[in-house]
Amino acid sequence: MADRLALFVAALLPLGSAPAAAYMAYVTNERDNSLSAIDLDQMKTVKTVPVGQRPRGITMTRDGSEILICASDDDTIQIVDPKTLQVVGDLPSGPDPETFALHVSGNPLYVSNENDNLVTVIDVPTRKMIVQIPTGVEPEGMAVSPDGRTIVNTSETTNMAHFFDVATRKLVASVLVGARPRIAEFRHDGSEIWVSSELGGMVTVIDPDKHEVTHKIPFSVQGLRGEAIQPVGIRFTADDSTAFVALGPANRVAVIDTKTYTVKKYLLVGQRVWQMAFTPDGKYLLTTNGLSNDVSVIDVASLGVVKSIPVGRLPWGIVVAPK
Amino acid sequence: MGMERPTRSQSGGLNRRALIKAAALGVLAAPASQSHAEGLSVAVGYVRWVQPRPTISLLDKPAADDGLAGARLAISDNNTTGQFINQQFALIDVPVRADADGAEAVEILAAQGIALTLTDAPAQTLLAMAAAAATKTMTLFNIAAPDDALRQDSCRSNVIHANPSRAMLTDALAQYLVWKKWTRWVLAYGSHPDDGLLADAYRRSAKRFGARIVKEIEFKDTGGARQTDSGVVQTQQQMPVFTQGLPDYDVLVTADENEVFAGYLPYRTWDARPVVGSAGLRPVSWSSSSEYWGGAQLQDRFVRMAHRRMTPLDMQAWTACRMIGEAASRGGSTDPAKIMQSMKSPDFGIAAYKGQKLTLRDWDWQLRQPILLDDGRSVVSVSPQPGFLHQVTELDTLGFDRPETRCKL
Repeated sequence: MADRLALFVAALLPLGSAPAAAYMAYVTNERDNSLSAIDLDQMKTVKTVPVGQRPRGITMTRDGSEILICASDDDTIQIVDPKTLQVVGDLPSGPDPETFALHVSGNPLYVSNENDNLVTVIDVPTRKMIVQIPTGVEPEGMAVSPDGRTIVNTSETTNMAHFFDVATRKLVASVLVGARPRIAEFRHDGSEIWVSSELGGMVTVIDPDKHEVTHKIPFSVQGLRGEAIQPVGIRFTADDSTAFVALGPANRVAVIDTKTYTVKKYLLVGQRVWQMAFTPDGKYLLTTNGLSNDVSVIDVASLGVVKSIPVGRLPWGIVVAPK
Repeated sequence: MGMERPTRSQSGGLNRRALIKAAALGVLAAPASQSHAEGLSVAVGYVRWVQPRPTISLLDKPAADDGLAGARLAISDNNTTGQFINQQFALIDVPVRADADGAEAVEILAAQGIALTLTDAPAQTLLAMAAAAATKTMTLFNIAAPDDALRQDSCRSNVIHANPSRAMLTDALAQYLVWKKWTRWVLAYGSHPDDGLLADAYRRSAKRFGARIVKEIEFKDTGGARQTDSGVVQTQQQMPVFTQGLPDYDVLVTADENEVFAGYLPYRTWDARPVVGSAGLRPVSWSSSSEYWGGAQLQDRFVRMAHRRMTPLDMQAWTACRMIGEAASRGGSTDPAKIMQSMKSPDFGIAAYKGQKLTLRDWDWQLRQPILLDDGRSVVSVSPQPGFLHQVTELDTLGFDRPETRCKL
């Protein structure tokens, strides 16, 4: 009887109280020079550790063994061990690294150096700089195409998305987008790349083969003046059917139908929402809210904001990984 | 004058005759003809005022390339963008002394085919240049003259104002003072004509936002040096006397564009009251301490290039030059007429590290912009202040709005 009960409980556990696998979210706090670790079972910050100065971009290596952080004011990328949350090494990022993207194969790492109009390419295993490629003024967003052949870099003052060929590291095309482009994000199927324009107040959809603008997605929130709508982060659901766009000081995330390019819903989150990350199971979308110093948790199925989790000051980037 | 500023007046300055001579010798023509050969380049003229300007603080002495360095950085930024779309930009610097005729500078630039020119010059010179430019289909970009008249009765269809007007600056400060509930002002103004215009702007702002000027006092400029070796004794005695016997007030608003007295007022007033306006908390287009909205990157780029900090005049020149670059890339053309068409279209805007896009008012060609309130060390606030609402854009709560305009373009 006892055995049967134990079996029964064990069978229920994955569906019941123990929630959707065990995930951790890691958040860079730009103002506090720290990294917050959120346990998504408990939905709370369980640890905050000091890192380099002005931490912004954050990602995880493909094998999940290392967290990479742009420590912008230390002109370096720090390697953090997710088990201990200790800084275990550095990558030669070039000056003032802000954001980066890993190649789909897990290596190399492409870094935008905001002050020097450069993209730095780093070999992660050997921790060596391979090359630096000149790009537009104030490079910001980095994206790698799902087929691994193209990298896209946005430049905030040049107002372009620059397409580079991975093999030759040569500039292939530059596409003019709205003012102050921040983030470039490929659909998972690679058919489109979306670029957010913070001051243009819109998202530009680009055909990555023809390098042509195919759609422009505007935003409007009742009762908010247009200037407050400043799109930054972009994420696609795994099936590419829905896109989420963080609207900065509008304190909202727009939910977009990717077939019609129209906004279905605006979700109210914390203040000055910039970056976002899905849990690996796609159940939740987490947002960093710079001015309210918290992370909002969006339930993707119901499109509801279910929780807000306090972190450090000026939370900037976020990455989610299994424990 | 206690001290000359040799760099700007001697090395850079050209009087009228020298200007003509330089043009005849082809000194100025070289860069322009080079750019013409490319076919896809834009040569931007820069009329640089080289009149020495005395300042109260040694720290505020303008560099020889004040303004010009901002334009140079923008040209470099434009060229970084231009390399991707086969557009090139060049700057043609024309120094002009106060005794020179502005129209002459326009002739020289126009003779080289230059159709877009930044002007660091006072209102009268600018109007003379605008008249000359009109016959040459040249557009001027005002980066220095704050006169409201240039945006009102004396507005010109071939002048774009990249710098804020006096009314925009005083409205920006007034909004903050009203938000702070410091609404009883004493207005201290200087005896120069510019100070009178600035005082008028403060009177208008007070009325507009519900502040009360409880007393006005005039500081007469009796001449003499700003910098002397006599130390602080005199100002320490003068300034309390100048501000004694005033009715009860919250804040001392100063209008002193020629740096005669306002800089001496903080910590020396009879009553313990904050000083704002031309000293203390100042409304400005840029502060070298502003690092918000990506400003840190611009400050870094500027310091690396110019080896000094970026001033409001540098920012105004940078903005005007970037407007030209942005209009060229958006319009897909380096033809000056197409650049202006693109710039004057309703969807044109420029990002200038102030948290929102700056756009042009189509009734007087004034660039809408947030105004920073700077205490000299950091940005205290940015106007428009929350709560000052507007049906179109809150930026139009600063300066002369469409219904108030007397400008006929």
